[in-house]
Amino acid sequence: MLESLKSKLRALSALLNQGRIPYAVCVGLIVLSTALVYGNPRSIPSFLLFVFSASSIYWLRMNRAIQLGLAVFFAVVLVPILGARNVFYLEVIFQIAVFSALALGLNIVVGFSGLLNFGYMAFYAVGAYLWGFFGSQQPNLLHATVTTKALHTPFFMAPDYFYLFIFLGVIVAAILGLLLGLPVLRVRGDYLAIITLAFGEIVRQLANNLDKPLNFTNGPQGLTPIQRPTMPEGVLKLFNNLVQPLVGHRVTDSQAYNILFYLIALLVVVTVIIITYRLDDSKVGRAWTAIREDELSAGAMGINANKLKLGAFAVGASFAGAMGVLFAASRTFVSPETFTFLQSVGVLTMVILGGIGSITGVIVGATVVTLLNIQVLQSFSLFLSQLRQSGAVIPIINFHWSNLSNQLDPSKYQRLIFGVILVLMMIYRPTGLLPAARRKRELTERTEADPEATENGADHV
Amino acid sequence: MRKFMGSVDLRQILLPIGQMAIFVVGAGALCSVIMVILALLCRGSGADHLLQATQGVGIFTYTVGNLPQVLIDGMTIGFVYAAIALGYTMVYGVLQFINFAHSEIFAIGAFCGVEALIALNGLGILAKAGTIGSFGYFGLALLIGMAASGGMAVLVERVAYRPLRNSPTLVPLISAIGVSFALQDIIRMTESLTTGQFYRVIPTFGNFDAHLVLLRIGGRVIDIQVKSVVVIVAAVAMLVALNYLVKATKVGKAIRAVAQDKHTAALMGIGVNAIISLTFLVGGSLGGAAGVLYALKFTRIDPFVGFMPGIKAFAAAVLGGIGNLTGALLGGMVLGMIESFAGAYLGTYTMGAFGAEYKDMVAFLILILVIIFRPNGLLGEQVSQKA
Repeated sequence: MLESLKSKLRALSALLNQGRIPYAVCVGLIVLSTALVYGNPRSIPSFLLFVFSASSIYWLRMNRAIQLGLAVFFAVVLVPILGARNVFYLEVIFQIAVFSALALGLNIVVGFSGLLNFGYMAFYAVGAYLWGFFGSQQPNLLHATVTTKALHTPFFMAPDYFYLFIFLGVIVAAILGLLLGLPVLRVRGDYLAIITLAFGEIVRQLANNLDKPLNFTNGPQGLTPIQRPTMPEGVLKLFNNLVQPLVGHRVTDSQAYNILFYLIALLVVVTVIIITYRLDDSKVGRAWTAIREDELSAGAMGINANKLKLGAFAVGASFAGAMGVLFAASRTFVSPETFTFLQSVGVLTMVILGGIGSITGVIVGATVVTLLNIQVLQSFSLFLSQLRQSGAVIPIINFHWSNLSNQLDPSKYQRLIFGVILVLMMIYRPTGLLPAARRKRELTERTEADPEATENGADHV
Repeated sequence: MRKFMGSVDLRQILLPIGQMAIFVVGAGALCSVIMVILALLCRGSGADHLLQATQGVGIFTYTVGNLPQVLIDGMTIGFVYAAIALGYTMVYGVLQFINFAHSEIFAIGAFCGVEALIALNGLGILAKAGTIGSFGYFGLALLIGMAASGGMAVLVERVAYRPLRNSPTLVPLISAIGVSFALQDIIRMTESLTTGQFYRVIPTFGNFDAHLVLLRIGGRVIDIQVKSVVVIVAAVAMLVALNYLVKATKVGKAIRAVAQDKHTAALMGIGVNAIISLTFLVGGSLGGAAGVLYALKFTRIDPFVGFMPGIKAFAAAVLGGIGNLTGALLGGMVLGMIESFAGAYLGTYTMGAFGAEYKDMVAFLILILVIIFRPNGLLGEQVSQKA
């Protein structure tokens, strides 16, 4: 049955990719979903279709330039306008972007070089706390005790240092990645995973407890307010003048910030994607694969495994550091709660669901898990609570919906979702939904005379 | 009866008791000596002056005065860690993989035991039970917790680990993490659907909260809570039983054979799958019992209760040398002692700058340091460096 389904899908894709059909399908999808989202800003199915239409730009076989143009139009024009209409969508897309970058970073460590990292959120936390500390009043409050009130203390830095701190976040996280990498180089496999877990927990506990002797992190209360970069003068006005009739209401300052952070996140993600692509297809990327597959043989081929492993840690960490800075500024608040082991496993779930080592797969994984987390589950929760209030009864067993426990809130069951995804993927599809091309080849052609070796064995390093 | 007694290998019962005694005394004495030396060195320091100003005692008197209580606490928690660590170490010995879900197996045991006690309490049985009876009912709760955990461990192995037995190392580990997370939420869901509550509190009954006076020195009283005694006695009994099972019975021989070489063991007519299931059953029920004991000691449990003790017990297993049963005992004891000492003295010695909240971090630091510098652990016999 699976085979027939597969062949049907293949036939469908062949049909869709003939001549000019893909252009029509893609544009049609975009127009349709845009109209739907524009018409009912609260409907989730239409938003899902909207996201799907974005992915169709990538899937369908079209002219490269047109593809690029459509994507840019979609990301820079459509999303901000529709997002201004309903800011929640912008939030969802922002989160997708953040988690895509995180998942791509983890993918370099786990997917490319095969080092399992359970403490990945630590690097994200370092980025977030870096700007959280310097971008708030905290440097002037080192001797103050923990308070939740905003004190009338001047901010430590001008808000526009934020842009500099994105780069600083990259550097600091990368250095931390090296520091973690150095001692653990001699450890492999499951022990490495446990060490990174311990490392992640230590960073979180430090964030939780460093409110004394000097108050660096403000303890469990977290740091707030954290400054956002200043909105360029006149941009908001211009934007309002241009699109106010389309949006339907004046775009407020905070909505404009949402758009700004979305655009910055987009920029970071695109950079990350380009870096990852280039790395994957480089000498370094192939060396990582070699280390992942067999470290001993890789060493015999003249690959300096230690140096490359450290590199993987540093590159992976740096993505998270940049996103951390961005996250701190967009939330204007950081607290240790954000950087738990649960979140680290969440990012790992994205990587594994999408396909370890596959760039498209990882982005799809991040999108699916994020949507599931903050949209589908939440709407399901809403549905349940409506059901509870409606007073309906399940007929045969005579169960009153109003008796359903208030604690049963699907949006709080992330762990179950992550857990079930991880187990099912490991058992049925360890390569992920969209396996990396190289992995797929390895799995299907392993029995033959290993064409991989003849293909690029000679130019490994 | 005589024949039965004759076949019992007394050496295998006395040996682990002796080992445990040595570990407890050794770890306790070592920590105490270090602490006393530290106290002597710190005389006249800022911490000393602060203590004299606030409590009217010098740092040396303070340290020595608190030692007995700290040692008893360390021993109690050490035995709990040892019982959990055995679950990790047994599975690692047989399958060479970290059963990350063991911490949730522990939590399930704790919940089932506590729910049983709450149910008994609701029926009014616990209130009427005398001192002896309440021990009996606690024993019943312990058995229920063990059964639930053991069953769940076997189920988890069958569903999530067995299909992955021949995969690369990291695949079952990721699956185990998934199981661990899923189980946390399943416990939470069950609890919230049936009781509507997030955490459960063990009912007060019997004389578990009473204090037994051990010693009177001058005006000072050194005492131990009855529940600590229960925890220690129950843990020692289980550890001895486990040691006997593994070292002195035919089944134990089969377990050791499978741990050494699965294929050869299968050729010798050992049902490898059955033995692996049995390992999970035994390790799981030990974890479940530890969960009920933990609940007795700390009274309050929530669905995420397993994570911290789980990771600490894993640290203990690694510290002792994973795959090595004696090592798990030693590691648990050392970790329990260090944690208890850190919790008691860290705040005083650093004048409140780093308090007891750093005691969790101590376990993580030990874990990292041991893995980096001595991955085979203190008693290591198994080389566990695998790609």
